[in-house]
Amino acid sequence: MKATSDIYQEGNASMVKKRSNLYRKEKIYGFLFILPPVIGFLLFTLYPALYSVYGSFTDWNGLGQMNFIGLDNYKTLFTDNFFYTSMYNTFFLMIGIPIGLLLSLLLALGLNRKIPGTTAFRVIYYVPVISSLAAISILWQWAYNGDYGLVNQFLGLFGIKGPNWLANTATVKPAIILMTIWKGLGFSMLLYLAALQSVSRTYYEAAELDGASGFSMFRHITWPMVKPVTFFLVVTNIIGGSQIFTEINIMTPTGGPEYSSATVVFYIWQKAFENLQMGYASAMAVILGLFIFIVTLIQFKMNERSSFDMD
Amino acid sequence: MVYSKQQKMTNAIIFIILCIGAVFMILPLLWMISTSFKNREAVFALPPEWIPKDFQFAKYVEIWTAGPLMSGIINSLIVAITVTVIGTLTSSLAAFAFAKMRFPMKNQIFLLLLSSMMIPYPAVMISQFIMFSGWEWVDTLLPLIVPGLFGNVVMIFFLRQYLYSIPNAIIEAAKIDGTSYFGIYARIIVPLIKPAIAAQLILWFMGIWNDYLPPILYLNSPEIQTLQLVIANFNASYAIQSDYPLIMAASVVSLLPILIIFLIFQRQIIESVAISGVKG
Repeated sequence: MKATSDIYQEGNASMVKKRSNLYRKEKIYGFLFILPPVIGFLLFTLYPALYSVYGSFTDWNGLGQMNFIGLDNYKTLFTDNFFYTSMYNTFFLMIGIPIGLLLSLLLALGLNRKIPGTTAFRVIYYVPVISSLAAISILWQWAYNGDYGLVNQFLGLFGIKGPNWLANTATVKPAIILMTIWKGLGFSMLLYLAALQSVSRTYYEAAELDGASGFSMFRHITWPMVKPVTFFLVVTNIIGGSQIFTEINIMTPTGGPEYSSATVVFYIWQKAFENLQMGYASAMAVILGLFIFIVTLIQFKMNERSSFDMD
Repeated sequence: MVYSKQQKMTNAIIFIILCIGAVFMILPLLWMISTSFKNREAVFALPPEWIPKDFQFAKYVEIWTAGPLMSGIINSLIVAITVTVIGTLTSSLAAFAFAKMRFPMKNQIFLLLLSSMMIPYPAVMISQFIMFSGWEWVDTLLPLIVPGLFGNVVMIFFLRQYLYSIPNAIIEAAKIDGTSYFGIYARIIVPLIKPAIAAQLILWFMGIWNDYLPPILYLNSPEIQTLQLVIANFNASYAIQSDYPLIMAASVVSLLPILIIFLIFQRQIIESVAISGVKG
C-alpha cells in the first residue's frame, strides 16, 4: 500500500482513492494468480530439498526413527568404492557431450546451406529426441545383443566380430555413450541451426570481399556467434548427464558388469529404494544437488558477461 | 548470390553426408519396426531380413494380452492430460501476473520460483517419496499428477517472456472498460498467446508421456503402471524367452502417439524448441 500512495501522491483525493482501490484489486488478483506455483514450489521442491539435507545427517531408513548422526554418512561416502565407481562412470559417460556437440554443429552447418530436403532432415534427426527414453533403451539393448544385434550385424559386414556390448566392462560405457549421442544429436543440431540462421549474411559477404578463407570465416564469425548456444548446450548436457538413470536401469538392470555402468542417480536409487538407506542416499543426493547448483550458477554468471543472449 | 560450380559440388557432397547420417538415425527405429513383424525364428536369421519373409501381425494382437498395455496407455493419458490441461491453466495465469500485473515482491518471487530449476529431481525424490507415502499416495497416480497441477516453472518463464511482446495499452484499455482480471486473461491474453501456450503444452505432454523415474518409484501394481513402465517390464520379462518381436511391438505402440503428434505439429514443435531450448 505504501508504494501506491507514493505513486499516486499527486491528483485529487477521490482520484487517489479510486486508483488505490484499483491497485489493491490488482495486487490481490496478482497474488492469487501466482499462488499455485508458489505453493507447488514450497511444498514439492523447497520443503523436500531441505528435508533431504536434514535426512542426510541422520540414519533415516524410511520407516523408523531418524537419529541424528552428524557427518557420518558423508564420512562413509568418502570410503565407499561403489560411490567412487558411480561418480567415475557418470563423468565418463559425459565424454559423449563434446563428441555430440561437434557432430551436431557440423550437421547444422550442412543444413544451413541451400540444399534440398532440409525439413525432412530436421524431422529425421529429431525423431530420436522426442522418442521415449524407455523405448529407445529397450531398442538399443536389443541392438547391442552380442549374437543377433543390429550393431554387430553391421560390424559383421566389415568382417569385424563385435563383442557382447553390454556385458563387457570395456564396452558397456562406449555403448551407452553412442546411444546418448544418437538420441541427443537432433536437439543440439536444432539449436545450432537456429543460431546459424540468425547470423546476418552481410558478415560473410564482407569477409568474402576481404578475401577470408572458409575456415577463417568459421573461426572468426560462425564460432563466436554460436558460442552462447554451445555454452547453453554444454551446461544443460552436464546437468542432464549427471542425472542419467533410465538408460542404465533398463539396459543394465544390475548396474552393468562389475558395476561399470552404474551412475550416481542409479546408486542413489538403489540405496534409497532397494536397501532403504535413505539417509545415506540423501547425502549423495545433496552432493549431486550441490554439483548441479554450482554448474547452474556458473551458467548464470557467464550469461551476464556474455554479450549475446539466448533470446 | 551466384553459385559457382565448386559450391554446387560442395552442396552435393554435404547432401550425401546428411543422407548417410539420416540413415544412421533412422535405421535403429526401422529395425525395431522390422523386428516387430517377424516370427521368433526370423529374429535370429543371419544375414538379417529387413523385410521379413514371413510377415507377422500376430505380435500386435498378442501384446494386448501379454501385459497391461491398455491400462498403461490409459494411465499415461490420465496423468499427461490432467497435468498439462490444469498445469497449463495455472502456469499461464501466473505468467500473466508476472508479466503484466503490479504487486509487491514480484521479481523476488519470480526468482525464487526460477531457483527450483537448480534443484534436480533426484535431490528431492527421497523426501517426496516419504511425504507421499505418509499421505498413502504410493501405488496411485497422485504423486505423478498433483505436483504438476501447480504449474511448471519452465512454462511460466517462457510465457512470461512471450507476454512482454504484448503492448500494455490493450490491457489498460480493457481495465478501463471494467473487465475483470480473469476476463482479461481469458478474452485477451489467451487468444494472443495461444500458439506459445499450445507449443509449450505439447512439449510438456511429451515430457510427461516419456517420464520414467517418478513412475518407477511410485507404481508397483501392474494395473496402475504408466506405459513406459509397462514396456520396460515387457522387456524384462520377455527378453529371457527371446521374444523380441513381442517387446518391439509393444515399444512401437508406445512410441506411436508421440510420433504422430510430432509429425502433425513438427513445424511448431521445432520452432518452439529452437526458441526456448526446452526438449519436453
